[in-house]
Amino acid sequence: MHPAFSVIFFTTASGAGYGLWIWLGLLAAGNALPARAPSLFALGLGFVCVTAGLLSSTLHLGQPLRAWRAFSQWRSSWLSREGIVALLCFVPMMWLGAAIWFGYHARIAGLALALLSLLTVVCTAMIYASLKPVPAWRHPLVVPVYLLFALFTGGLLLAAILSLAGLSPGNMTGFAAMIVAALLWRLKRYAWRSIDQGELPVSRASALGLPAGRSIKVFERPHTEGNYLTREMGFVLARKHARKLRVIAVLLFALVPALCALPVWLFVHLDAAPFFLAAALSALAGTFVERWLFFAEAKHLVTLYY
Amino acid sequence: MTDLPPPSARKLGLVIDLDTCVGCHACAVACKEWNSGGISGPLTDENPYGKDPLGVWFNRVHSYEVEALDDQPAMTLHFPRSCLHCETPACVSVCPTGASYKRAEDGIVLVDEDKCIGCKLCSWACPYGAREYSEVEGVMKKCTLCVDRIYNENIPEASRQPACVQACPTRARHFGDLGDPGSAVSLLVAARGGVDLMPELGYTPVNQYLPPRPRRAGSSLPASAPQETLDEQQLPPLLRWLDRALSR
Repeated sequence: MHPAFSVIFFTTASGAGYGLWIWLGLLAAGNALPARAPSLFALGLGFVCVTAGLLSSTLHLGQPLRAWRAFSQWRSSWLSREGIVALLCFVPMMWLGAAIWFGYHARIAGLALALLSLLTVVCTAMIYASLKPVPAWRHPLVVPVYLLFALFTGGLLLAAILSLAGLSPGNMTGFAAMIVAALLWRLKRYAWRSIDQGELPVSRASALGLPAGRSIKVFERPHTEGNYLTREMGFVLARKHARKLRVIAVLLFALVPALCALPVWLFVHLDAAPFFLAAALSALAGTFVERWLFFAEAKHLVTLYY
Repeated sequence: MTDLPPPSARKLGLVIDLDTCVGCHACAVACKEWNSGGISGPLTDENPYGKDPLGVWFNRVHSYEVEALDDQPAMTLHFPRSCLHCETPACVSVCPTGASYKRAEDGIVLVDEDKCIGCKLCSWACPYGAREYSEVEGVMKKCTLCVDRIYNENIPEASRQPACVQACPTRARHFGDLGDPGSAVSLLVAARGGVDLMPELGYTPVNQYLPPRPRRAGSSLPASAPQETLDEQQLPPLLRWLDRALSR
């Protein structure tokens, strides 16, 4: 599939933003919010990530001004559901922001923000996981991996903000970050392996209505130049460089953050700020590469005809 | 709503005969011509007279080389590909705006281009590559089964069928109601063993494809061209000498 920059940026940035909101919402729900300034800053950073992502995904549309129509088909369409939940998130976000500003507790707003943010990420992943013609996206790990990336990048951002404000999130946060980094690496390795092993579940014979077992080769394409389908679904660049890009992605989203988190865990009195900041930025870059591969490596069944 | 309507009794669609299709692309050209001015027109092109032209077509005719198997000789297969007007079209249910819909009365799958936001998700949801996006207009385009022809009372009754069906010189394309088991197209499908494309995906296409008829048994065909033999004794003396001289 063609990896559209706007969609990759959207899933990476808004994933981190929603992840940030999930952690912040959970802290608010547990009455464990840190001081006012870093809480507001974290909420605001989440707002910037989410809004930038949503705007970027709107720019990918052919008719962005009609985007409001996408709120109507929630009964059948995951894209519509995502749009609605994404917008709903802003209600508890503003409520929580006001609560922090005026200094009173907002446990319900926090819980609502965490739940709606979680739902948005699930909806985003389901848009892809529900597409039968793209077998690589039907993998059962697609939704959990999307969620874990959101929690990981959002969590690292929150940890970086807290430690920059002089509030140590605790050395066990470093340990947790290492565990999640390792888990992400394992899950992605598993998903990539099944992409490598998996032949397309449908044969060309089935696509042409012929009995199975006969070898069918393309003799002549319907058109001498490309068309929308070959441009959108028949992307080959990533499959050519898949190996290298996978290594780069793992280095950035798992190894570098884990190495940054190690001293935070080991040395209790260390200033964790630069380590968490580096881990968060690296994880975001790694998520971007991983997302690029997620699109570019996925093979659409229409390629059976070409 | 992009919720699918209950299955309609009338299921208008095409039956495409892969045995008689000669791959002339007349269906594709006639479709492009009609639909450029039809309800889903224009079928926009990008850079049409330039180096790498690209444009929206609702019909694409592929050609394949099918290798010999057992008693079946190798053959060329021409395969016209267009929207199958599925009974459970995922392209419709993924649409976030309600622009894509399946008509309750005859099962035709259409796009309301005034509602389309151009998110392209429907084209991702279609394994058959039936939908093509117009970069120029920013909306998705697809086969309408010539809905503006088949019900058009301003044209002669004989012309009220899709442009591709009318244009086909070998009558490889048939149009009719596949929901009526007694219709000509349903009888044809039953007689020739018509099939669904990619049935394992469960989209239940309405359009049916008639596989090529089995070719005459390969064993009765000569295995190779007959051996050429020359009996020199039969030749006149001059030619016999020439044969000897050239054989040296």
